[in-house]
Amino acid sequence: MNIVVCVKQTPDTAATVTVEDGRISWGDAPLVLNPWDEFAVEQALLTKEAYGGKVTALTMGPEGPNEALKMALAMGADEAVLISDPALEEADTLIASRVLAKGIEKLAPVDLVFFGRSSVDSESGVLGSQVARRLGWPTLSLVAAINTLDPEGGSIEVERMLEEGRQVVRSKLPAVVSVVKEINEPRYPSFMGIRRAARVEIPLWTLADLGLEAVGSPAVAWPEIFAPPKVETSCEFIEGDSPREIAKKLAERLIEEKVI
Amino acid sequence: MDFSLSPEHEMVQKMVRDFARQEVAPIIKEWDRKQEMAPFILPRMAELGILGVCIPVRYGGQGMDYISLGLVCEELEAVDTTLRVVMSVHMGLCSMGILQWGTEEQKQKFLVPLARGEKYGAFGLTEPGAGSDVAAIASTARREGDEYVLNGEKMWISLATKAHTVLWVARTNPEAPDPHDGLSAFILETDRPGVTSGDIHGKLGVRAGSTGWIHCQDVRIPAENRLGEEGEGFKIAMSCLDNGRYTVAAGATGLIRACLEASVAYANERKAFGRPISRHQLVQQKIAYMTQWYETSRLLYLRAGWLKNQGKRNTRETSLAKWFATDMSFQAASEAVQIHGAYGYSDEYDVERYLRNARGAMIYEGTSEIQQLIQAGYALGLRKDATLRKELPAYDPEAWQAEA
Repeated sequence: MNIVVCVKQTPDTAATVTVEDGRISWGDAPLVLNPWDEFAVEQALLTKEAYGGKVTALTMGPEGPNEALKMALAMGADEAVLISDPALEEADTLIASRVLAKGIEKLAPVDLVFFGRSSVDSESGVLGSQVARRLGWPTLSLVAAINTLDPEGGSIEVERMLEEGRQVVRSKLPAVVSVVKEINEPRYPSFMGIRRAARVEIPLWTLADLGLEAVGSPAVAWPEIFAPPKVETSCEFIEGDSPREIAKKLAERLIEEKVI
Repeated sequence: MDFSLSPEHEMVQKMVRDFARQEVAPIIKEWDRKQEMAPFILPRMAELGILGVCIPVRYGGQGMDYISLGLVCEELEAVDTTLRVVMSVHMGLCSMGILQWGTEEQKQKFLVPLARGEKYGAFGLTEPGAGSDVAAIASTARREGDEYVLNGEKMWISLATKAHTVLWVARTNPEAPDPHDGLSAFILETDRPGVTSGDIHGKLGVRAGSTGWIHCQDVRIPAENRLGEEGEGFKIAMSCLDNGRYTVAAGATGLIRACLEASVAYANERKAFGRPISRHQLVQQKIAYMTQWYETSRLLYLRAGWLKNQGKRNTRETSLAKWFATDMSFQAASEAVQIHGAYGYSDEYDVERYLRNARGAMIYEGTSEIQQLIQAGYALGLRKDATLRKELPAYDPEAWQAEA
């Protein structure tokens, strides 16, 4: 199977996010593979291990070393491609989906594309579906399990994790699958993989390489960004002579504070 | 001069950090209390390749360099000392000893399974009556035809009850004018008849690790299990310590970092006299010292690692790194407890475990006093490195990563 996993380089989630001059700042936080994408990479690798084929990690990002691609390679992806172009600096997901879809077409014939459910920095969570739409393929989002996969017959059955429960969905291949963390346990990179990832030359594709002349301007603008107001919390111990009395006092306080 | 880590080093660091934080940190207190090693630790470290990190691929290892070994130790001990102790004995003292001194046959037979993590290694030097005074070793190895017969007891041996392969130092020549010259080194398989072992409980620290004794009663091993020449045991043991001490130094550096991180977090959170205690200057002083100790220890061990990569002798530099980092890790842990106040004195926080764990490293693999004698010896010109018959091979990426 020819599998593509779309990944993104994001700041480490342990970083402190601040707003500086109307722009989000992650300080000097180290860049990592978007944590949700770890599950996508793992699922791509598991699929390859079960059915054979190859895994290509694909990303769009600034020129230079890309932690997401390096991590995907270190975990075991066969190849990696970076799409980078100065025109993509302010890209929104509509633009990104167009560019990624072109990248996937360039890797044709592709059977399956994996995405993480969203990225921890912009959190839009729609890119997978947008890419599927651009490609004209089915989109299977929030996937928590792949029940069956039949590369020859060209079909896949998955379980989607919804608030109400799990939904079983069958579709034909090729398809775009975005996964949630319940689907697997991502592996650590291996030492061999680390060495390979540190040395491999990652090809860079520009818009021209993808046959795109212009991508237009983003449809979504961020006119203002502000940090949520700081919530001050305080801890109050409710005391009393008996559990009954403590419970009574607690209930009174909760009613008083209009919590219940 | 280049102080930056390579992308490879950074990925190794992150991988081991993730493993230690995600899989060990959540359960370590429980096993520390039980005074037992969590059963999954060794097989998991083997599976991840950590147990063979700096051994050439053709000997079953992962082909990384000696700096990677140091970084691995720093990350492991930042979570718990017992994880790093595994690397000290299995890798530094045992596997690297065989890499340095072993014949090709010995490497194929003993190093390959160690590097793959199919077997675990330990180091049998210390005895109930011989620690710093290595020449006082009472264990014997008597040659009988094509065999040696081993007798004696080793004490305070890490992984005593887990190891399959022990680098064992015993006296082959009781008549040697200098008792150091009467010692020889052997590769002992612990499944041989006459080998018994047990764990020691009631230690101050490293409680989630295995430390114990190994006893040999008329244990017969083939003569080809001798490592190096007869009479070379002391030199071999000392060269193994150059590697073991390196892992201890790197680990202690990780422990200082853990103390620093815990102290910064707590000092920013805990309030006294109307403001976070991190705003009080005497607390700041402790944080400043911990930073100094961390950065200095790190530079010292990385320099030793660099020397190893170059194939240069590093006894002096490694000893200095080990002495400084271990002494300072104990001090850092003590200051971390102080910053945490009464909470730091309870096992609700990790810092009391750091303090208990730090103490041992000032004793094992050469006490702080022994390291001081070594340093003074070099400075005063009383001590010079004699050329060894076999040096630790310099790191050569191509040779290390070649399949055969």
